[in-house]
Amino acid sequence: MEYLVIIISTIFINNIVLAKFLGICPFLGVSKNTSTAVGMGGAVIFVMTISTIMTYLVHHFILIPLNIAYMQTVTYILVIAFLVQVVEIVLKKVSPDLYQALGVYLPLITTNCTILGVAILVIQNQFNLFESVVFAIGNSVGFTLAIAIFSSLREQLEMSDLPEYMQGIPAALITASILSMAFMGFAGLV
Amino acid sequence: MKGIVRENPVFVILLGLCPTLGVTSSAINGLGMGIATLFVLVMSNSVISLVKNLIPDKVRIPSFIVIIASFVTVVQLLMAAYTPALNEQLGIFIPLIVVNCIVLGRAEAFASRNTLWASTLDGLGMGIGFTFALTLLGSIRELLGSLSIFGFKLFDADGILVFVLAPGAFITLGFIIAVMAWIKKKNTVKH
Repeated sequence: MEYLVIIISTIFINNIVLAKFLGICPFLGVSKNTSTAVGMGGAVIFVMTISTIMTYLVHHFILIPLNIAYMQTVTYILVIAFLVQVVEIVLKKVSPDLYQALGVYLPLITTNCTILGVAILVIQNQFNLFESVVFAIGNSVGFTLAIAIFSSLREQLEMSDLPEYMQGIPAALITASILSMAFMGFAGLV
Repeated sequence: MKGIVRENPVFVILLGLCPTLGVTSSAINGLGMGIATLFVLVMSNSVISLVKNLIPDKVRIPSFIVIIASFVTVVQLLMAAYTPALNEQLGIFIPLIVVNCIVLGRAEAFASRNTLWASTLDGLGMGIGFTFALTLLGSIRELLGSLSIFGFKLFDADGILVFVLAPGAFITLGFIIAVMAWIKKKNTVKH
């Protein structure tokens, strides 16, 4: 039951993009068409789940015993950067199909703040390992949902007749605002 | 000094949008975040320009990230010690300065090719531009959302609450960028 609450609240109520403002750069950058947006979402789900497990283990078995928890930021970013490289190499060997689908998005993920953000939030919320995994999956699915909806809206936006200075980013941001209002409607769900 | 208006990192190049939207629910938060980022930008730009010849080209990016992350940790500890209230408000966005594209972007595009003095100035310009953008956005949202500015209440009435919440951030930034584009277009027509 508790896990269900975590899932629902991370996907809908506290959506990582629309309510917590993490991962805005890829949200605006790779949302011009739906298939790339979904590809990016898939890569985020994959990397976020693995990286959250890794940073959780590093935090509890390396940083805390050595009493250097203040080195959190430096360690995490290194773990994530390293992990993204490893995932890329392993995927290339093990599953060329998946690599074809996600490959181009992987390098971009290191600078996606959702990954580091979730890793830090997990520690702040004092989740155990299993709750952390559920939290990571919920957040990354929330990211994918938001970017998928947003990209299909933007595809429609391309065809509409807007004043010249509203085209592109300003119109996209206002669309995001309306989408974010729609997500606020989920607030009473849990 | 182009960073302040003409190449403003937020409004023109659209970098570093996560903290821009996330912390600007009030002017003071925007200012605090801007100054924290300014510090990291100046320090990392100057250190990177000093050590640029010592770092092999292949491990350039990881080395830059470590340098940046170290300064972010410094800021994090300083803020926790001296401004605990602001630190609480900004929360997760302080450690996330590490993945702010502006910092790494300037390190790679500017500091790794230029002298110490030029890089420090570049960091300062970009940092001031970022601070200006965040403070402006924070002021507008605070003004519309709660009819106050920097915490001083202007009128004794309720504002439009939605501007303090998440959707207000997107819509305000959208309109600011549109206005910037409009002004730019008007200027080019005139000349």
